[in-house]
Amino acid sequence: MYAQMVKSTGQAVRTRDDMTVEERAFQDRIDRGEKIEPKDWMPEGYRKNLIRQIGQHAHSEIVGQLPEGNWITRAPTLERKANLLAKVQDEAGHGLYLYCAAETLGVSRDELFDMLHTGKMKYSSIFNYPTLTWADMGAVGWLVDGAAIMNQVPLQRTSYGPYARAMVRICKEESFHQRQGFQVMLTMARGTKDQKRMAQDALNRFWYPALMMFGPSDKESVHSAQSMAWKIKMNTNDELRQKFVDETVPQAEFLGLSVPDEKLTWNEETEHYDYSEPDWSEFFDVISGNGPCNAERLKTRKKAWDDGAWVREAMLAHARKSRARREAAE
Amino acid sequence: MADKVAPKSHASGKFSDPKSEWPLWEVFIRGQHGMSHRHVGSLHASDTEHAIKNARDVYTRRNEGVSIWVVEASNISASSPSDKGPMFDPSRDKVYRHPTFYDLPDEAGNM
Repeated sequence: MYAQMVKSTGQAVRTRDDMTVEERAFQDRIDRGEKIEPKDWMPEGYRKNLIRQIGQHAHSEIVGQLPEGNWITRAPTLERKANLLAKVQDEAGHGLYLYCAAETLGVSRDELFDMLHTGKMKYSSIFNYPTLTWADMGAVGWLVDGAAIMNQVPLQRTSYGPYARAMVRICKEESFHQRQGFQVMLTMARGTKDQKRMAQDALNRFWYPALMMFGPSDKESVHSAQSMAWKIKMNTNDELRQKFVDETVPQAEFLGLSVPDEKLTWNEETEHYDYSEPDWSEFFDVISGNGPCNAERLKTRKKAWDDGAWVREAMLAHARKSRARREAAE
Repeated sequence: MADKVAPKSHASGKFSDPKSEWPLWEVFIRGQHGMSHRHVGSLHASDTEHAIKNARDVYTRRNEGVSIWVVEASNISASSPSDKGPMFDPSRDKVYRHPTFYDLPDEAGNM
């Protein structure tokens, strides 16, 4: 999941009796499955909650380019390089769709960037892990994009129209990301002994961080309860994580790789895999800024923004001058 | 992505200075010959030429279009949600505008 621990109102979901007339009509629309559009009336909490979630999602797409961008110049073949370039370009596009959706809620693009750069808004914890070998490009596509898809598919039905439409576009484009990652893993798993070892090592390092992407259990979270009532969040974190484990374990078996979890077993009764929880203290450490790459990611991102400032200003100055010249000629 | 006609009343003044941010554009793409242009989303760009170039990169990476329109979002006027009733309800009860309203004998043939 690209959005983790998104805060809602922080209060218990209100009963119908406690709602104002407007709030009740709004909740009815959501319950009927109607989409909320930018100019419609919405509770302030709904608007804020969405800005936090869509913003975090957009930031994740943008920062998510960095671990993979790291390997573009070192891809093993020209074909792999073209695949990776296309994938990273897609992430940029996905970030742009999502920023646009957030902007319909009245927050500006520069404001969102500023909140990312000053650490006021987060991006997914997963992008604070390093990509050490080429096999990591396989593991990221297979596991990270796989986990993201698990979360994004249900979000196509989310109540906010612009967000849902962005999600539809993203999901359509994203399945290639996971497939190319799996293919990289497959090639390495069936390659030389060293290549297989690299593939296993990548799985070992990315398995638990991928499970963390869904966020800690939110069965009792008031934030999640409100988000679910508003259909901003469609499933609990545990539901999605279980679904991810159930789908991914057979894929690892197909690759001939082993999931780094000694407790992993198929449970006949529940018809799901039992698995070990990730180390949540590590998650809280990473999300609060102390992961292996937090400082580097933010620094790279800020540098790109600052180094691009003169281009943005020059283009705007050029546009203004051209307009003035055109108007003078008329 | 769409609907940037939303009022910007919530934006705090500090970063939403229109002088430093590239303006917002709405993007319309003609998918195939013979189809009309359809709204696909929005983006920021400094001028029309730039907006078309960005639209190409952001919205047609998979051969989605044969033609692009861009229009600065501030130039779009939209109906208001509170007018939904008076605007659209009057057409709801005019069922005689639909062909199925008119019952004709089968012998009359397809019409």
